[in-house]
Amino acid sequence: MSDERNVIVIGSGPAGFTAALYAARADLEPLVLKGLEAGGQLMLTTDVENYPGFADGIIGPELMDQMEKQAQRFGAEILSVHVTEVDLSTRPFVVKAGDQTWRARTLIVSTGATARWLGIPGEEKLRGRGVSACATCDGFFFRDRELIVVGGGDTAMEEAMFLTKFASKVTIVHRRDAFRASKVMQDRVFANEKIEVLWNTVLDEILGDDAVVGVIARDVDSGETREIATDGVFMAIGHDPTTTLFRDSLALDADGYLVVEEPTTATSVPGVFAAGDVTDHTYRQAVTAAGQGCKAAIDAERFLTEEYHGA
Amino acid sequence: MANIGSVGDEDFQTVVLSSETPVLVDFWAEWCVPCHMVSPVVEEIGNERGEKLKVAKLNIDENPQATRTYGVMSIPSLILFKDGEEVARVIGAKPKDAILRDLSAHLS
Repeated sequence: MSDERNVIVIGSGPAGFTAALYAARADLEPLVLKGLEAGGQLMLTTDVENYPGFADGIIGPELMDQMEKQAQRFGAEILSVHVTEVDLSTRPFVVKAGDQTWRARTLIVSTGATARWLGIPGEEKLRGRGVSACATCDGFFFRDRELIVVGGGDTAMEEAMFLTKFASKVTIVHRRDAFRASKVMQDRVFANEKIEVLWNTVLDEILGDDAVVGVIARDVDSGETREIATDGVFMAIGHDPTTTLFRDSLALDADGYLVVEEPTTATSVPGVFAAGDVTDHTYRQAVTAAGQGCKAAIDAERFLTEEYHGA
Repeated sequence: MANIGSVGDEDFQTVVLSSETPVLVDFWAEWCVPCHMVSPVVEEIGNERGEKLKVAKLNIDENPQATRTYGVMSIPSLILFKDGEEVARVIGAKPKDAILRDLSAHLS
């Protein structure tokens, strides 16, 4: 019995911690397995200005730290391990992280999404050598250098703004002639003297042997290519759901997101619930993830009452 | 205990490059969130390997020279040194199995 848990939460962003908080308050003694990217995407942001309740904004990692402590306060057990395998074909479900194994009556999947890469020549080879998808992690290494940011959404704007703290110049390369980012973020970018925008442009290749020295850029209208010298390339072209663990066991949509029975959080396997960016390609906000995490915990509680007569 | 704690610019030569046993150096910084996930794993690997491997942490904020010399541009970066030379590098936060797999060819 000791290793059979009522609820195991996989993932530790706003969805996972909120699920853990609600499950803990329902006396379900949830176990949270944080994963390698503990805290989720908010750990890689600076100011979060749109999470309600923080009139002056809050730093992303600080918000996650608060959520974690709040869940712990009510008895959630939180471990810094990365789940490597799940077996959903038996009940209780089996969850493994390396050589550790747990069994779970219900599972809440909140593994989130991870940064997308371009898949162009030179990118993989130069990762960590000038190619990055995390400005707050790697911006530090580019003091007084020139950088490229690829993308056109809020993340690209935020990364570009952040990188101007270090870089002498930041060029945003975007494949369309307008940004998708919110108006407030765009205004900040256009007002920043260190930022230049290359519209209707894509990257064909990243150049360099041990470090990035440049890129080959292509104008999407004329098809003309040219080489641009740069010291680093930061990707901000969106995210893919982290669902590799569940590829063979849960229903995914065409883009790899977990399918849930709206308005509930039930997946295709009874007893497995999903919340946050791993199910959501529309809203992708900290507050929507937290809301869905709450729903998942309530769904799990009801399932336990029905199937295990109140745990 | 194969964990030799911290190493820096001043003692990099004596502790890492002149070492008779291989040394795994964990390039990290206080502000790097993924680094805090990887450091305990590195310590664990050091403890498991006993006398065959030393592990050390290098704070990149305090030791710009070694950071530059080895072209570290992303952290966490784990670099394995053998006889004063870099033989393997693992960039980014990865699970323990993946780190060991990347290093296994160079660990006896």
